[in-house]
Amino acid sequence: MPEPVGAMPATGTGGSIGRIAWRLRPVFLFAALAALPYLLSYSQQEIAVLLVINVLLVSSYRLLTLTGEWSLGHVVIMGVGAYASALLAKQAGVPVPLSMLLGGCMAAAVAALLSFPLFRMKGFYFLIGSFAAGEIIRLIWKRFTDPFGGPKGLKRIEPFPDIETGFLSIDFYEPVNYYFLALVVVSASLFVLYRIERSRIGLTFHAIHWQDRLAESVGVDTFRYRTLAFVIASFFAGIAGGLYAHYIGAVNPTRFSVDQMVYVLVWAIVGGTATFHGPILGVVVLTVINEIVLRALGLDTARPLIYGAILILSVLYLPNGLESLGPRLRALWQRRRGGSAAAGSEPA
Amino acid sequence: MDLLWQTAVNATYAASYMALIAVGLVMIFGVMGVINFAHGELYMVGAYCVVFLYAQENFPFLLAVAAGLVFVGIVGIVMERTMFRPLRDNPLGGLIASIGFLLILQTLVVFGFGRRMGHVPPSTHGKIEFFGAVLTYQRLFVIVAAILLLAALWAFLRRSKFGRALRACAQDTEAASLQGISMNQTARIAMFIGAGLAGVAGALTAPLVSPTPYIGHSIIVTAFIIIIVGGVGSLEGAVIAAVLYAFVHTFVTTFFDGVIANIVGLALMLSVLVVRPTGLFGARERA
Repeated sequence: MPEPVGAMPATGTGGSIGRIAWRLRPVFLFAALAALPYLLSYSQQEIAVLLVINVLLVSSYRLLTLTGEWSLGHVVIMGVGAYASALLAKQAGVPVPLSMLLGGCMAAAVAALLSFPLFRMKGFYFLIGSFAAGEIIRLIWKRFTDPFGGPKGLKRIEPFPDIETGFLSIDFYEPVNYYFLALVVVSASLFVLYRIERSRIGLTFHAIHWQDRLAESVGVDTFRYRTLAFVIASFFAGIAGGLYAHYIGAVNPTRFSVDQMVYVLVWAIVGGTATFHGPILGVVVLTVINEIVLRALGLDTARPLIYGAILILSVLYLPNGLESLGPRLRALWQRRRGGSAAAGSEPA
Repeated sequence: MDLLWQTAVNATYAASYMALIAVGLVMIFGVMGVINFAHGELYMVGAYCVVFLYAQENFPFLLAVAAGLVFVGIVGIVMERTMFRPLRDNPLGGLIASIGFLLILQTLVVFGFGRRMGHVPPSTHGKIEFFGAVLTYQRLFVIVAAILLLAALWAFLRRSKFGRALRACAQDTEAASLQGISMNQTARIAMFIGAGLAGVAGALTAPLVSPTPYIGHSIIVTAFIIIIVGGVGSLEGAVIAAVLYAFVHTFVTTFFDGVIANIVGLALMLSVLVVRPTGLFGARERA
């Protein structure tokens, strides 16, 4: 399984070997990610591809939540990217890698357009508004058979073109190869998202979340920054959509319904949105639970129930998500150890 | 002309059950400040009470409807106790928890009854005709029941002590608790009524809609549109908006098609959100 960065134990104090290992953790991470598909069965490889795509989806969602707004339309925005890329490839004959990029741009453009009505709202009004906007887009796909294919959606979408050179030939129909393609695209996207968050723009997003009045008073145009976060997040969601469309080869309105949005919410919330790796942790852990535990136990039909219970329990008892579990447990352990040490030295 | 009348009759029927659902949602929001995303599933559970008691176990229809109201009301109390009370300071958390609850209810119903459409035979076969329009007794029953229940609720809120406590909590929670009104007790009653109304709407319409475990989705979309158009804190607004929306939706469905009607409804809601977020009839905004 891919080891999320945050899950690695901090062995830094354990000696020089530990420290070097800690320094080299990106290398280990990439080695693990590269080795991963060869340890999996064919169907698990397919799931790994979707998992990588979902990592990008949920990470881009987190960028939007940085400004404090929770959208219910993010999966539909992903769908905009998927539909746009599929249509460009199918009907306009645009080569697939380019169509994916244009799909992302299309998603960003739709988001920019939607930001005018949506960012007049905040909080729960924004939530409901984004839900309504997403449903409208989905109903348009459903209603207009030409060009969107109606309720059945689009089928036989052009696959990612094979690479055929003299000594190298890669067939992207193979999940392993598509896994690496997705991994490269998603890693690059995550890097960009990470840099954005660490930049001045990202800091401004945080400022808008926690102190929007104060941010405004020092000259931050909160509307424009919220729109910027929405547009960037939507661009990457659109890229995720393109990766999805050209992998599965079919898209339909149901695939981007609010049920799917619920899973994104669950991943983000269970993982925790305070840090960059939180939502990634959420999607990885829940997918692993889902695929290994539920499928193995034959509890597939119980999946929504278990997801629902996990969602409720994490909102109630783990409001900062899985990412807070490590530090919390560590604090608990240290307090216990410290407490017993204190009790041993001076009984109080 | 006949078609026009018939559509108006259909719209009246739609307005009556939509009003029950939306008023329930507003009750819950008014007192607890939480948007209950599982409201559509409460409707669905109410419908399945009728599927089980009336269609499968052959109890009288009215008894099954009453059982639907009480059972779903109790489900509401469970939601209040387990989720909304601990999350009282966290409205977004309450909303997200209710999404989790929605998934649980859906799955339980799938386990109990399967994914397929539940078939409920009509409880009466009579119908009345006027001006060329047909109104079956089954639909008339929904309209009458909705009017009676909403009138009863109105009287309860205006006249009884509980009702006044409820309205006080909706206006200002802190001031209400300073007056010695128990927030927990009030929230429990509001949740019972709010959920019960959704449940009874599902129970009443079960013979007319062929319920599935996934029917809640379209219900919650409708309910959102209505409460946003009516103004989220306002019970009267919800009723008026339900009538308005039912007429718009039914007429557009009849003269264009259902998907266009949904798009029109959502666009209506979006434009209300943009132009007047407090709703057409809501006076003030509740944070």
